[in-house]
Amino acid sequence: MNFVVPDFYPAAAEIFVAVMALVIMLATTFARRIARTLGYALTQITLIAAAFITIFTMDGQVSYTFSNMFISDLMGDFLKLMIYFSMAIALLYGRSYLADRNIDKPEYYLLSVLMTLGMMVMVTSNHMLTMYIGLEMMSLALYALVAFDRDSARSTEAGMKYFVLGALASGLLLYGMSMVYGATGTLEFSGVAQAVYNQSANSSVLLFGLVFLVAGICFKLGVVPFHMWVPDVYQGASTAVTLIIATAPKLAAFAMAVRLLIWGLFEIADQWQTMLMFVAVASIILGNLAAIAQSNIKRMLAYSGISHMGFMLLGLLAGVVEGDRHFALNAYSSAMFYAVSYVIMSLASFGMVILLSRAGFEAERIDDFKGLNKRSPWFAAVMMFVMFSMAGIPFFIGFFAKLSVLQAVVAAGYFWLAAVAVVMSVIGAYYYLRIVKIMYFDEPEDTTPIQAPAELRVMLSANGIAIAALGLAPQMLMSLCAYALLASL
Amino acid sequence: MEFKTFVFYFLAAILVFAALRVITARNPVHAALYLVLAFFNAGGIWLLLHAEFLAITLVMVYVGAVMVLFLFVVMMLDINLDRLRQGFWSYLPLGAMIGILLVIEMALVLGGQYFGLEAMPAPPAPGEGYSNTREIGRVLYTDYVYPFELASLVLLVAMVAAVSLTLRKRKGTKYIDPALQVAVKREGRVELVKMQAEKE
Repeated sequence: MNFVVPDFYPAAAEIFVAVMALVIMLATTFARRIARTLGYALTQITLIAAAFITIFTMDGQVSYTFSNMFISDLMGDFLKLMIYFSMAIALLYGRSYLADRNIDKPEYYLLSVLMTLGMMVMVTSNHMLTMYIGLEMMSLALYALVAFDRDSARSTEAGMKYFVLGALASGLLLYGMSMVYGATGTLEFSGVAQAVYNQSANSSVLLFGLVFLVAGICFKLGVVPFHMWVPDVYQGASTAVTLIIATAPKLAAFAMAVRLLIWGLFEIADQWQTMLMFVAVASIILGNLAAIAQSNIKRMLAYSGISHMGFMLLGLLAGVVEGDRHFALNAYSSAMFYAVSYVIMSLASFGMVILLSRAGFEAERIDDFKGLNKRSPWFAAVMMFVMFSMAGIPFFIGFFAKLSVLQAVVAAGYFWLAAVAVVMSVIGAYYYLRIVKIMYFDEPEDTTPIQAPAELRVMLSANGIAIAALGLAPQMLMSLCAYALLASL
Repeated sequence: MEFKTFVFYFLAAILVFAALRVITARNPVHAALYLVLAFFNAGGIWLLLHAEFLAITLVMVYVGAVMVLFLFVVMMLDINLDRLRQGFWSYLPLGAMIGILLVIEMALVLGGQYFGLEAMPAPPAPGEGYSNTREIGRVLYTDYVYPFELASLVLLVAMVAAVSLTLRKRKGTKYIDPALQVAVKREGRVELVKMQAEKE
């Protein structure tokens, strides 16, 4: 039996992060006195170094290693860079918040690094087994992070709820994978695609498996009808953790959807597109309507996240029209652009909640934003940028994200779908603009000056400026998404 | 009926019965014991497929380690069954309706025709000297080394998560760190003070 030692070079970033996770664990155990600072510093160093490694090993080629279980392509590299970026910013925003509540333990950072590794594995997986293991690594770390504030009953309850529902979703996904394996005889995405193309796969069993795969993906994206966990978990987890859940894992879930559905099951796109259509329409409608009724800003952002993910799915389902694959690249890159812009906006929105919170006080109610303009005109402006961008008001990045997805949907000929999306966006604009209104026209209830460390203020300002600046030049990010997909497909 | 087929149906029937009892048993200890029975039967079915290594691992790891530990936990915890069953009857109609629908749909799709012997022929009998254990060992550290290493990291995540969520430093215990005790120097305990001799 011949065995060739796999090429480790394409997986250099994954190997580095895995080794660093162990280094962080040991270093923080032995250097107890400075463990909290050390854990944080090493985590940020790991993320930055991993970004450099990813950039240096990026060659624009599609290469496989580890017996074809690992794929290295431009889409994966791009998403990995976005994941490091959003994790690094999320940890930076959350640091003072965690320190105020005495939960900035080194384990928090260790779990964040392992979670990053899980997401990297998902993004670069070419095999259902590694996809599942990456997903579990990410989810297990997330469950623990949600429950990390263990003296808070709400946080523990949210962690438990997320864990039970997440385990159920993983079970569904795994069942779907086993059915796809039963139908095609392989777990490798390219092998699955080959088997479906040759029609050697058993189509009924394949479809049966597909239903479960879509259910698992939808749970991780948090879209209707698998959205039940989203508001409770977002509200129950401490804001720093909510910030993490609402950003990088969405990119990983997007990658999972792309690898499973487009890399593996592109041949039966018309089947999963129909499923995603129901899911997307239901998410956009329910997310936007339910968000109006919320008085807690974390819950409101959770429902808004549901509708945003529904919007993102619109891009994924507009790829193939009656067997015509002409629009596929455009549609998928619009979905990717949407996911990336949502992550940038989401970082800033939860960052604002953290900014207004301080030791012993959670700025969770929408009313806590009242009169923010009088307390800090600049951060009121940043929040206004974020809200305008999320509502899709022109010349912010969120507008171009919505526009490119709608263009893809219209190009695919689903006019009614575009109409529903536009109408619901207009309804959704109400609750975003309400926040702008209370910031500028209401009297502040709470006049304490904002207490936040300088790095949070600087980064949050940069984030707000980025939302506006990328809105003025969206072409750059958009063409980056399109190029990454073009080089990978 | 061939003897092997008979054994399969026999084990499968007990497996289904035991699995049903796991979720219907009133006493959690009984439920855990039925799960042990289910694992034994699943192991038996794997043996029929020539997967003797996996069968024995299943029995050793799941029955021998996991379930025994689980039984301990169940016995140590005082589980209030009435509270667990609260709201059971009000959720039952909806849950049962969805469950039955799902089972019927699954049965329609997965009914014999796609998974019968025509669709999935029995694998060819292994040759002389074939060892299932050796085959698994051969691929585990070569072809599957990537998921294998990742799985170890998943276990690390579980360990770190469990420890960080449950470990509490208790205040007020009289515990003394042995390392500090050993490292004690004379200077830390005794202080020599120079002073004038005092006369009365």
